Amino acid sequence: MTDQPPRTQPRLSATFTNDVNSEIRRAAATGIYDIRGGGAKRRVPHFDDLLFLGASISRYPLEGYRERCDTAVTLGTRFAKKPIRLDIPITIAGMSFGALSGQAKEALGRGATMAGTSTTTGDGGMTEEERGHSKLLVYQYLPSRYGMNPDDLRRADAIEIVVGQGAKPGGGGMLLGQKITERVAGMRDLPVGIDQRSACRHPDWTGPDDLEIKILELREITGWEKPIYVKVGGARPYYDTALSVKAGADVIVLDGMQGGTAATQDVFIENVGLPTLACIRPAVQALQDLGMHRKVQLVVSGGIRSGADVAKALALGADAVSIGTAALVALGDNDPRWEAEYNALGSTAGAYDDWHEGRDPAGITTQDPALASRLDPVEAARRLRNYLAVMTLECQTIARACGKSHVHNLEPEDLCALTIEAAAMAGVPLAGTDWIPGRGGY
Amino acid sequence: MQTIDMATTDLRSLNAMLQGQPQDTNETAWEVLNPRGAHALAVGLDAPIAVTVRGSTGYYCAGMNKQASVTVTGSAGPGVAENMMSGTVVIDGDASQYAGATGHGGLLVVKGNASSRCGISMKGIDIVVHGNVGHMSAFMAQKGNLVVLGDAGDALGDSLYEARLFVRGSVKSLGADCVEKEMRPEHLTLLAELLDRAGADARPEEFRRYGSARQLYHFKVDNASAY
Ligand SMILES: Cc1cc2nc3c(=O)[nH]c(=O)nc-3n(C[C@H](O)[C@H](O)[C@H](O)COP(=O)(O)O)c2cc1C
Repeated sequence: MTDQPPRTQPRLSATFTNDVNSEIRRAAATGIYDIRGGGAKRRVPHFDDLLFLGASISRYPLEGYRERCDTAVTLGTRFAKKPIRLDIPITIAGMSFGALSGQAKEALGRGATMAGTSTTTGDGGMTEEERGHSKLLVYQYLPSRYGMNPDDLRRADAIEIVVGQGAKPGGGGMLLGQKITERVAGMRDLPVGIDQRSACRHPDWTGPDDLEIKILELREITGWEKPIYVKVGGARPYYDTALSVKAGADVIVLDGMQGGTAATQDVFIENVGLPTLACIRPAVQALQDLGMHRKVQLVVSGGIRSGADVAKALALGADAVSIGTAALVALGDNDPRWEAEYNALGSTAGAYDDWHEGRDPAGITTQDPALASRLDPVEAARRLRNYLAVMTLECQTIARACGKSHVHNLEPEDLCALTIEAAAMAGVPLAGTDWIPGRGGY
Repeated sequence: MQTIDMATTDLRSLNAMLQGQPQDTNETAWEVLNPRGAHALAVGLDAPIAVTVRGSTGYYCAGMNKQASVTVTGSAGPGVAENMMSGTVVIDGDASQYAGATGHGGLLVVKGNASSRCGISMKGIDIVVHGNVGHMSAFMAQKGNLVVLGDAGDALGDSLYEARLFVRGSVKSLGADCVEKEMRPEHLTLLAELLDRAGADARPEEFRRYGSARQLYHFKVDNASAY
């Protein structure tokens, strides 16, 4: 027997990972790009890379349960006759009926209302479930204009003109045939069961000058009562914010690249857009340069999960945040109790993102009546309410520790960054230094 | 007849007055003078009143109209009658881009020409253009009827869903998934009725019908070049 020379271990490539290779094989077999729900799964600099400094000799804290720390926020104070007053600085983002079941929309409405905040419609129009159960409902005005009508505009509490979404700035909507049931098709004026392609651009305006006239039209139709929001995906936040202000927006909703979507190409979700952390300071800067900070409110979304994330977004200058994915998880999305069923679909709890296929075991991202009936809207609403309450308490805890009597008093000076990247994006010093990369010439 | 002069009345007061008319109003005839290209004129109306605008309008005249009849004696800017639900809008002159965009119902008549993207994303509205329409008209049109007595520009009916298109003159080119279709008796009847309502002097037999080939209704890799 001859001695074998020693061999190196089989080595997996850092470039051609198993994930990458599985996608190459899938593409080769099907000839179509991968479509999925959710937000970017890659790691990007995020709120986790920031820390609060807390109080010290120069800043004294507020007493935990005795001294007030307010959380109320009013949106739409610039032009609207009826601004929206929220008890907490956390809103529920626009998610379409079609993507979500009627029960899920109802649960979002009930939960948000109990928590004293607003919900938002989505592509596909306004449902009775959400109007009926939401004390404050924001009506989205999208490129597709599915179900758009003046009666729903008038019974909305605010109007959100959607220019883009963080998951897909520059991309249109998508809803595949499995979810275009009779009710969904009827609301969208489409044939049942087709793969719906919805537009990426508004059909009757382009650019900031047209947007100004579009906002005028919507205000004239609704008697200048409703706050008008403009929602943009994280792309060029400084200019998009400045142009929205110029066009007459009351509120700007800025959605970073980690923001969820109901269904989009994976390549789009993972490769287009600016991380949420990198969006906030330029947008706030634009508002400050125009003398509009706190006059035009800024709502930030994309990967908000906890009261710490809320506090950090507010400290960087946002007036409120908005949540999509986290709200779905609170309702019961991706719950391990359905693990066997996720496995049967070739996935696992926590990774399930084939929301476009309409077979969601948790009954949230589906139009299948049997699956949808698994979600009890009243119980799910309670979970959402609890979760919103926890986030608010967490945000207040941090704000008090920083000596703030209102969560809006949090400021960039309360923060430091753990990485150079996060320091540069958030415009706060690297921990233990006074260095903000990109400021002061180095 | 109520007459409002925009030389002395501002847009908000004018719209508020028109929007405030109840269903059973006696004031059914309105005349607007000196519109001078104002945007968002007579938008969001919801009563059976007749409004005549003497002159030309800017963007989104008669936007989201319900029930009312709005006539513009001049020309109309972009997005006239956008998202109309019901009622009638008549433009004596020409209409700019996106006329009747996303309209859900009612009738839009353009006596002159309509520019590009006429009837874009229409969802049930009927549009009759006495003259020509520009490129990308009826782009992603979902429902309703577009009738063109003149010619149509490039890429007519691109990515069309179930809307029906009737053109009397030439079509410069058809968009993706839009094909000529057989004109059956029910189409001739429908067309005759639309032409009559639009006061158009043309015979249904002179038109050709176009519609969706329905090849893009389901994503297929072999159609990738058409998207
Ligand atoms: C299931 C689902 C459906 C969505 N539908 C819409 C929509 O119809 N319109 C829209 O503007 N954004 C839509 N979004 C994006 C959300 O409004 C929001 O921007 C995003 O979820 C925020 O990021 P987060 O999920 O990390 O909280 C959707 C998101 C999800 C998860």
